[in-house]
Amino acid sequence: MENIIDYLKAERSQEWRNEIRKSMKTKERTSKVRASMPEADPDVRNKSNVEVNTGLDKDIAILEAQRCIDCPTPTCIDGCPVGIYIPKFIKKIEVGDFLAAASVLKETNGLPAVCGRVCPQEKQCEASCFYTLKLNKPPVAIGYLERFAADYERNSGKATVPEVAGSSKVKVAVVGSGPAGLAASGDLAKLGYDVTVFEALHEIGGVLKYGIPEFRLPNDIVDFEIENLRKMGVKFRNNFLVGKTASFEDLKADGFEAFFVGSGAGLPRFMNIPGENYNGIFSSNEYLTRVNLMNAAKPEFDTPVISGKNVAVIGGGNTAMDSVRTAKRLGAKRAMIIYRRSEEEMPARIEEVKHAKEEGIEFMNLHNPLEYYADETGRVKSAKIQKMKLGEPDASGRRRPIPIEGSEFVIDVDTVVVSVGVSPNPIVPASLPKLEITDWGTIVVDKDTMQSSTMPEIFAGGDIVRGGATVILAMGDGRKAAAGMHKYIQEKTKAN
Amino acid sequence: MSKILEKEFFSENVAKIDLYAPEIAKSRKPGHFVIIKIGDKGERVPLTIASSDNEKGTITLVVQKVGVTSAKLLKLEVGDEVTDVVGPLGKATHIEKVGTVLCAGGGVGVAPLMPIVEGFKKAGNRVITVLAARTKELVILEEQMRRYSDEVIIMTDDGTYGRQGLVTQGMEEVIKREKVDMSVIIGPAIMMKFGALTTKKYNIKTYVSLNTIMVDGTGMCGACRVSVGGKTRFVCVDGPEFDAHQVDFEQMMMRMGAYKDQEYAAYQKYLGTLETVA
Ligand SMILES: Cc1cc2nc3c(=O)[nH]c(=O)nc-3n(C[C@H](O)[C@H](O)[C@H](O)COP(=O)(O)OP(=O)(O)OC[C@H]3O[C@@H](n4cnc5c(N)ncnc54)[C@H](O)[C@@H]3O)c2cc1C
Ligand code: FES
Repeated sequence: MENIIDYLKAERSQEWRNEIRKSMKTKERTSKVRASMPEADPDVRNKSNVEVNTGLDKDIAILEAQRCIDCPTPTCIDGCPVGIYIPKFIKKIEVGDFLAAASVLKETNGLPAVCGRVCPQEKQCEASCFYTLKLNKPPVAIGYLERFAADYERNSGKATVPEVAGSSKVKVAVVGSGPAGLAASGDLAKLGYDVTVFEALHEIGGVLKYGIPEFRLPNDIVDFEIENLRKMGVKFRNNFLVGKTASFEDLKADGFEAFFVGSGAGLPRFMNIPGENYNGIFSSNEYLTRVNLMNAAKPEFDTPVISGKNVAVIGGGNTAMDSVRTAKRLGAKRAMIIYRRSEEEMPARIEEVKHAKEEGIEFMNLHNPLEYYADETGRVKSAKIQKMKLGEPDASGRRRPIPIEGSEFVIDVDTVVVSVGVSPNPIVPASLPKLEITDWGTIVVDKDTMQSSTMPEIFAGGDIVRGGATVILAMGDGRKAAAGMHKYIQEKTKAN
Repeated sequence: MSKILEKEFFSENVAKIDLYAPEIAKSRKPGHFVIIKIGDKGERVPLTIASSDNEKGTITLVVQKVGVTSAKLLKLEVGDEVTDVVGPLGKATHIEKVGTVLCAGGGVGVAPLMPIVEGFKKAGNRVITVLAARTKELVILEEQMRRYSDEVIIMTDDGTYGRQGLVTQGMEEVIKREKVDMSVIIGPAIMMKFGALTTKKYNIKTYVSLNTIMVDGTGMCGACRVSVGGKTRFVCVDGPEFDAHQVDFEQMMMRMGAYKDQEYAAYQKYLGTLETVA
């Protein structure tokens, strides 16, 4: 940690940083109002796939960058799971060197355009911004600025591909192409390894492609980052399920010396209530996959999807918000969230809840489904719902929902999306009997090197280690694992 | 991308296709399936691997024209590529020596049954196979089945080949005649349901292989879920084979009809595009 602090100090005392800091009084900086994100009109966007947030323009970005007072101890960095050099990139924006700002981001974060869009900054860097902690004012819009710099670079056509240390013959495998796998592969390529990413689906990108909808994270942006990795020499094998298409043993025999497993938390949970298997009831993974990955809503694609008129989405997380907003876009008259706690406990990002409300989503908080009923063809037609109240905090620290007896009522629904969480994908653990896993099915690893506790050649990170988490935590894990793998391979080579 | 190396029609609507997929060919076991997708706009559909040839690096699929994707697949020629093929998926059949195994296959269920028949025979079992079809032209893989069965009984609905009658009649005849230790039934849902009822009467351990709607085939979506013994299971990762006497066939048949209207419309549209091309 010591050397990071020294590095930050040295960076902060560089001539250009001193100058820009002195160019404006702190008072003036802190008196500025936080930029607001321009958004597509709710009544237009809820009928189309256009991106909701349209991004800051140059002038606004510079104004926002001026708000950052370039603290001597930048607490914001502590809030960032990958430790982006936040004041440095923001000051590059302030001086108008947007490409340099993007380079700063890429020193520690391979997917800034993605993170600038989907990270819960309000709980991370922005929560530990000086403005939030000490001034009781809205924090510097770090997320908007991150997105701005990354988009600027991408659109400039001058995006640089990170340098790769001379190519080594050592082969390493990455299992899964979600953010964890992509981050690991980028770092491994930089270290000069011959990296192959194996992905079970036909598309690369994991949840970034099949889960998070186009209106929040356009696929082009993910593809651009994947293209960069290709330019760095990373190979991608789609339609390849490690543990099934080939075993880890087969891959070892093929020369792969170490593995990073970023296979995600792909197993959807259901509530196991009566009627849950009726037609028209989906997991959010199925619903979003049909629409995002298979383009089911477009007539020229073969995959079908049911676009209901009365859609109930069960749950209060990001996945639930994405599902309900998707339902609205597919033409639902009523698209509603049914959540058993109150808005305060919702795990979804505040921004998503706000956007959902603007788009006409109904919220039935403190409600829980008990049973579904179907018509004679087996298609769901209604749901029995119970009201809830909040009791004492439970193990998660959130107040426990308690059913209110006798409060049940029935509502009409023709589509239900169950979004009550996911469990780790069991395919990799099932194919490696020696791998230590927890009772929840997550892989046990060392928290610094991300190395398996029982199989030294296996490293893992992201949702397969944490259960459902976030893009940025998955990426942070991928980066730590890449460093861990490098150390492991070097030590192994030395020993031989 | 997987190239089609061979293609042979068994009847107007049923063909055997050999695909070049060396990794899958090497890893697959009886009971496994693949998911294929044709073209950028295609849907993902599961197909059982009927057999494989490790030397040639091929897997064999037997495909019946039932909808858009199967029709597209049957239109592809030798040398054409199938855009996406992933597998082997699912749990392999648990093959062991149990004594006498009664295998029953109907329609294209005969194709996935083939490797199972072969497997049980090679494990030293006595294997009796009942093949059922609507009419003579639809009886497929008879020769291959004979190679690995001690006896093959053929039942057709219209009596044009073998004996006239339902698959259950053929099965019951065998059960009454000799001791059957285990049964495997693969075919249309309704056939598996009645086959299961038949063996249940005689308390014979029975497996069925379910062909539900799927999307990813890796346990990620739950489209394939069925109720088995009162519990929700995912066919693509927990199956495709389950204890026949525990499966809720009514629910499964209901779920398989989920997209009937859309599928019908899509198929009609697809046929329409063929006409305009021709
Ligand atoms: C709808 C939705 C919205 C979300 N919104 C946000 C958000 O706004 N902000 C945020 O920070 N987080 C969000 N999350 C959570 C975030 O997406 C995940 O935490 C993150 O994607 C986890 O990354 P990962 O790399 O561990 O796994 P994944 O992204 O799940 O990727 C795993 C990949 O591995 C593949 N795979 C699995 N097994 C194998 C195998 N054996 N062989 C080969 N490939 C395999 C899978 O097909 C998949 O593509 C959201 C999640 C969902 C579902
Ligand atoms: S097909 Fe998606 S979980 Fe089985």
